[in-house]
Amino acid sequence: MKSAQFLRVVLGAYIVLFFAYLFGPLILMSITAFNSSEFPRVTPWDCFSTDWFNVLVEDKRIMTGLRNSIIIGFGVVCLSVPIGLAAAMMLTQVGRRMKSFFYTVVVSPILVPGVVLGISTLIFWDRLGTMFDASYNSVFYNGIFLSILGQSTFVSAYCMLVFTARLQRFDPVQEEAALDLGATNAQAFVKILLPFLKPAIGSAAVMAFLASFENYNTTIFTIVSESTLTTVLASKVRFGINPSISALAVIIVVLTLICAIIHEAMKRQEARRAQAAKDERVVADYASVGRFATSPWGIVLLVFLAGLGTIWLATRYDTASCKMRLQDERQLRLEQSTPSTPAVTPGAATPGTTTPSTTTPTTTPSGSEPAAKPYQGIFAPQNLDQVAPKDEGEAAPAGEGKSDGESKPYQGIFAPQNLDNVAPKSD
Amino acid sequence: MSVDVKLEDVWVRFGSFTAVKNANVTIRGGEFFSFLGPSGCGKTTLLRCISGFQEPTDGKILFDGKNMAGIGPNKRPTALIFQNLALFPLMSVADNIAFGLEVRGIGKAQRRKKADELLDLIALPGQGDKKVGELSGGQKQRVAIARALAVEPEILLLDEPLSALDLKLRQHMRTELREIQKRVGITFIYITHDQGEALTMSDRVAVMSEGVIEQVADSVTLYDRPEKPFVASFVGENNDFRGRVTSVSEGYAEVETSEGLFRGRVSEGNRDALSGSGPASIFVRPEALKIAGTATEASNAFEANLLQEEFEGNMRHLVLESKGGQRLRMTLVNDGHVLDYGPGSTVPVVFNPELAIVLPQEA
Repeated sequence: MKSAQFLRVVLGAYIVLFFAYLFGPLILMSITAFNSSEFPRVTPWDCFSTDWFNVLVEDKRIMTGLRNSIIIGFGVVCLSVPIGLAAAMMLTQVGRRMKSFFYTVVVSPILVPGVVLGISTLIFWDRLGTMFDASYNSVFYNGIFLSILGQSTFVSAYCMLVFTARLQRFDPVQEEAALDLGATNAQAFVKILLPFLKPAIGSAAVMAFLASFENYNTTIFTIVSESTLTTVLASKVRFGINPSISALAVIIVVLTLICAIIHEAMKRQEARRAQAAKDERVVADYASVGRFATSPWGIVLLVFLAGLGTIWLATRYDTASCKMRLQDERQLRLEQSTPSTPAVTPGAATPGTTTPSTTTPTTTPSGSEPAAKPYQGIFAPQNLDQVAPKDEGEAAPAGEGKSDGESKPYQGIFAPQNLDNVAPKSD
Repeated sequence: MSVDVKLEDVWVRFGSFTAVKNANVTIRGGEFFSFLGPSGCGKTTLLRCISGFQEPTDGKILFDGKNMAGIGPNKRPTALIFQNLALFPLMSVADNIAFGLEVRGIGKAQRRKKADELLDLIALPGQGDKKVGELSGGQKQRVAIARALAVEPEILLLDEPLSALDLKLRQHMRTELREIQKRVGITFIYITHDQGEALTMSDRVAVMSEGVIEQVADSVTLYDRPEKPFVASFVGENNDFRGRVTSVSEGYAEVETSEGLFRGRVSEGNRDALSGSGPASIFVRPEALKIAGTATEASNAFEANLLQEEFEGNMRHLVLESKGGQRLRMTLVNDGHVLDYGPGSTVPVVFNPELAIVLPQEA
């Protein structure tokens, strides 16, 4: 009896630990996205803030990287899925000895380190480009093109594995039946095999996109002079990060969650329909609230409402005044330690100046008129101009340095002498 | 409407294995023709040759005199009903039935109309929107038939389509298949290892063994006048007395067996093979064996030991052991008489030469 209880406690603890291990980092990171502190952290908590989303959207490098990542992702999907499908179909047709050889060939890119794939792709196309005497603007040196090709080498192998798993469950007699009924080979493929493979195509496409999206070691070489999200983030981590990356993570996590929930809901609805059809009960009572709430559209609606609620809550919370208070406190402390520090606040009001206040961009403008814009002016268009200049250029990292004002958290943001300490770190 | 199918010297080899050996058969238009044989005898291979999934290694397949070599399954006027039916699980019943029309580019409304007609024909009216998975075994069976009929084939090929059904349903489907065949009037070529199916449904049956077509005949002839030892022992039950031919006279032959000298019928085709005292068998059906005294014709007589009696209501099956140690089966109609012999007793057995068949055995 007792040992059973003990076992349950241990099991419970293990499960808690396991989930903490899985989701702890994600949750922590998500929280840092809402802290106004310039370095992603949870403690000490400064102010609740949604500014980092703004900063993220304004960060041109991240946005360009994201755009490139998405383009490359789609390119990889369009290339890898057909190649993987063709390879998988080939595998089911050839003889046994041929099969193992072919399998090895297709799967080998997975076993080759991504770095090697990246370098070899780059060198190969560079050689080709030299051969054809192509300019650096040509396709031979186009980072997006090379990345699509380089990533597709191994992503198509993943796709093939997905497709072979599905194809093994396909009854080839079905194709014969289609042919026998007068279908051409193409018709049998489109009308019989493709519908059967549809779920596999879906998952292969999603997997290909994600594999491409998160790839770093191959992309870092093949991307040449461009950048993708991963390469931008990697360089950011090296040169100092701010919570806008957390904001990006929050967005990705939320999107993933929404997709997963919708997918799950659709699956359950499908199962319920099948069950209902089996029981030969008419699905008439579809109007019930519970049913709607668990239907895909109901869930989308709920998520949408939750989003609206969050925004509404955020508008209610006055980040600006909080920051003002914090700033005042700091200034007070600052003045106590270094009385000579000039007040920086007025400087920030003039947007163009490279005030070292990168990461607290919206703070200052709204600081001058705290009561007027509760939500910190995120939605005020004129703010865009003010924020923009701060993000680009290497004036930005100056902000980061502030976090290292010894042991004092926010400390000395506006102390000009700190700039010297910071400078070597940024860039 | 219906088409003659002619197989001329058809051979099919897979590597060193020969699946079909020199098949020669003509299937008449509008006929219900069966290939009957144990599994692995090459009947499915032959069917695949006719449907176009398999090219014969040698020989010709002619539809109404036209050589079918090189013509794919989708170009032949045949429709095949597969052993596992191969219905398309992702499509509705109506879409399954109308698939052949869809790939021919026939419009949706017309397809639906045809599907509904066929659903009426197979007695599943109004079930077109169901998923295939929601049907019972017998219903799937009928949908497969409807799907094949939808393309209006001139030859319908059926590859053991009833083997997955339970006994009751199988018997019901036999009658139904036969009726459908009469209604649509096209050639049915049916493959089975179940002689009950073959004999009850078919106009003619080809019995196959190890790639060879042994005999082609109607059911009655196959049963009563087998031409080959394999046919005699495969179709129905038979008692096989082995021995040597002693004399052959018009229509009859005498065989010296361990039980004595027996007289039996000889067909024209086997007459030459039997002359010259070669090894031969005399086949007697269990129902042709009688107990002496109850039958008048006693020209073939011997004695056997009664081992066991199985009572089946309308029939009595006796298991006998002859003096030479051979197991025999005798079937008596239960006409109300009490059997005079108990297990262990010696039974005098007789049979009519008219009902005994002498066939040559390979040496």
